[in-house]
Amino acid sequence: MGLIQLGRHEKDGTPDVFVGSLEKAVNWARKGSLWPMTFGLACCAIEMMAAVSSRYDMDRFGAGVFRGSPRQSDLMIVAGTVCRRMAPVIRKIYDQMPEPKYVIAMGSCATSGNIYDSYSVVQGVDRFIPVDMYVPGCPPTPEALLDGILKLQERIMQRRVFTSQPKEVQIGLKV
Amino acid sequence: MHQLAKRIQESFTSGFVGASEWRGDVAVTVTRDKVHDIAEFLRDDPGMDFDYIVHVSSVDWPDDEERFEVVWEFYSIRKRHRLRLKTRVPESDCVVDSLTDLWKGADFMEREVYDMMGIRFRNHPDLRRILLPDDFAEGYPLRKDFPLRGKGWRDTFEFLDERS
Repeated sequence: MGLIQLGRHEKDGTPDVFVGSLEKAVNWARKGSLWPMTFGLACCAIEMMAAVSSRYDMDRFGAGVFRGSPRQSDLMIVAGTVCRRMAPVIRKIYDQMPEPKYVIAMGSCATSGNIYDSYSVVQGVDRFIPVDMYVPGCPPTPEALLDGILKLQERIMQRRVFTSQPKEVQIGLKV
Repeated sequence: MHQLAKRIQESFTSGFVGASEWRGDVAVTVTRDKVHDIAEFLRDDPGMDFDYIVHVSSVDWPDDEERFEVVWEFYSIRKRHRLRLKTRVPESDCVVDSLTDLWKGADFMEREVYDMMGIRFRNHPDLRRILLPDDFAEGYPLRKDFPLRGKGWRDTFEFLDERS
């Protein structure tokens, strides 16, 4: 069953009736207009910029409107090494983003700290914000980031909108 | 011995400890009490004319009696020569003269050495932490006895508790 089924008008048979679940329609609208937050921390940001530029054109998937303010974004791409001093800032920015919001941990550093097993580097951004999608690579290629966004869109389509999320689907932090 | 090192040795016979040269890099080791005098000489003497401080750094030699080594790098923009000045500091008395009154640029670099290695600079105008947060309480991360993964700071997120 597709997202939207086309119906035909009973008088002349022209296609003008749409039948589908409202939840899917809402999710479809949400996944098609992801506004990412400009949040580059290290070299991954270069690949993120390349993913937006003309060669890869992230805007094809509706995720090309990078905003400078968290209040206008619903997707945070954490691109780069997260130092412990940066952690409260990232958390604050995440809290400022309006719901529904999504987080992509881009690259090994944001995912796990990478080789930086040091006193100052947070071993994965998921220690203090919930992450929806992890993109591996050091740095990930623009294709990998696009794949991450497509996977995130698949996940957005599975979300419940008008009923509360089942416990096992809820992504949250144990505080 | 390099010409610059020789001149320092002639001018400061008591403070001079040794000199080395490796691939054109001249390094002069001096005693701690003479650092400021020698630095002033390096800046003001017309033959030296070191008008630019390149870097201040420090080395930890945990097995040595005088554990820490403070290293200054100087460059003369007019004469186009450079010099490395070193001195040793014991752990029990971790203080060395600040050179901020001679070169303003030493300010932040000395603060970094203080922050990361715990060496204090006498007469520094504003000796505060510069890289680590002000309430960092784990010690000095560049010291060899500091654990690589720290002492738990990277895994504590006190701001999460404030929210709930």
